[in-house]
Amino acid sequence: MSKPQIVKYKMPESQKDMPLGPSSEAGVIIEPNAGWRVMKPIIDNSKCVMCLKCWILCPDGVIDREKGTLEIDYNFCKGCGICSYECPQKAITMVKEGKQYD
Amino acid sequence: MIKMKDLTDKEYLYGHKACPGCGMGIVGRLATKVLGEKTIIALPASCMSTVTTQYPQMNYSVPSMTMAFPGTGAVLSGMSAGLKSLGVKDVNVIGFAGDGGTADIGIQALSGAVERGDDFIYVCYDNEAYMNTGIQRSGMTPYGATTTTTPSGTASIGEKHFKKNMFEIMIAHRIPYAATACSSYTTDFMNKIEKAKNIKGPAYIHVMAPCPTGWGFPSELTVEIGKMIVECGLWYLAEYENGKVKMNLVPKTLKPVKDYLMAQKRFKHLKDEDIKAIEEHRDSEWELIRENWMK
Ligand SMILES: Cc1ncc(C[n+]2csc(CCOP(=O)(O)OP(=O)(O)O)c2C)c(N)n1
Ligand code: SF4
Ligand SMILES: [Mg+2]
Repeated sequence: MSKPQIVKYKMPESQKDMPLGPSSEAGVIIEPNAGWRVMKPIIDNSKCVMCLKCWILCPDGVIDREKGTLEIDYNFCKGCGICSYECPQKAITMVKEGKQYD
Repeated sequence: MIKMKDLTDKEYLYGHKACPGCGMGIVGRLATKVLGEKTIIALPASCMSTVTTQYPQMNYSVPSMTMAFPGTGAVLSGMSAGLKSLGVKDVNVIGFAGDGGTADIGIQALSGAVERGDDFIYVCYDNEAYMNTGIQRSGMTPYGATTTTTPSGTASIGEKHFKKNMFEIMIAHRIPYAATACSSYTTDFMNKIEKAKNIKGPAYIHVMAPCPTGWGFPSELTVEIGKMIVECGLWYLAEYENGKVKMNLVPKTLKPVKDYLMAQKRFKHLKDEDIKAIEEHRDSEWELIRENWMK
């Protein structure tokens, strides 16, 4: 999956480490958003016809199409449910977080 | 024309902190996908800057600058002048401002920048209130909506005024390119970004971006709500170019506004006569559209 990755970030320990002015490098992600999720989308690849509706509509861009089948980056999926609601094939189901699934 | 298969797999906006199901997230993500790496972004105080620049996180992987609430137009002018003086020709300059930052406090800077004819893309994502500060009304808040500064109750219907029309205000500037869009109509929106990119001079895109938190609907309905507002005619997809307006989508018959309104908490208090007033206003607006732009 070639989605942007979380980087290790060393928080400034003293004023010397602080950047000059309120600035930061572009493209720095230091933590996942997975903890926001109450419901988790599960894609049934056997039902998916790769219309890519979910891929284009995801506000967080967490659906990956590069392997020819869809995969979700659960580090950053917030579980909004748009993908599941919009899928014309009903290939994505929302399940409650916090249980074990095979 | 944008084709899904030609779109890059790269994400230039990722890991941001917008609420689940935020329409603005779709706008920022797809616009930068179309524009690509050679892009610099101006962000006024708004949800967009709040959720993408929480130190030390920077969720746009292209350079972005956060500035004061009214300053988008001025900063876009500055960015475009800076690139010009450096002789840089292949970099896109884009700003994402909220409806408050555009139609209220930022309208002077925007008007000036458009008047000067600087080369930039201005995207106003319209969530119809000041959302990141806690749902206060703006000049774009629609009639009848409850916000924290226009609460509905026995003495008030909520927001008392109809929406300001920024598209027509931009047309009055004789801007090279202006468009309206909606985050649910992704191909239409991306085509408009692509057009704006290739236009010399200023381009303005006003994109409706439903906000589950501020409008009061479940997060999975963002795209559905965006479709409903266009289908019932309270929003429309159009573009202005070479002195002419083209309607991109004209519903055969406009659906009743009631279904759209009642799907959201901010309109739940409206009575049948209020809904009728909204429908009448919609009809008068469409009469003008047909009169002025569709003949
Ligand atoms: C001069 C000034 N007044 C007030 C504020 C506080 N403030 C920051 S963002 C904002 C509202 C932004 O609303 P909008 O432009 O619609 O963007 P949204 O948050 O809805 O995305 C306000 C009032 C400010 N930053 N500067
Ligand atoms: S308040 Fe609305 S516009 Fe702002 S991040 Fe949340 S859903 Fe998006
Ligand atoms: Mg707003």
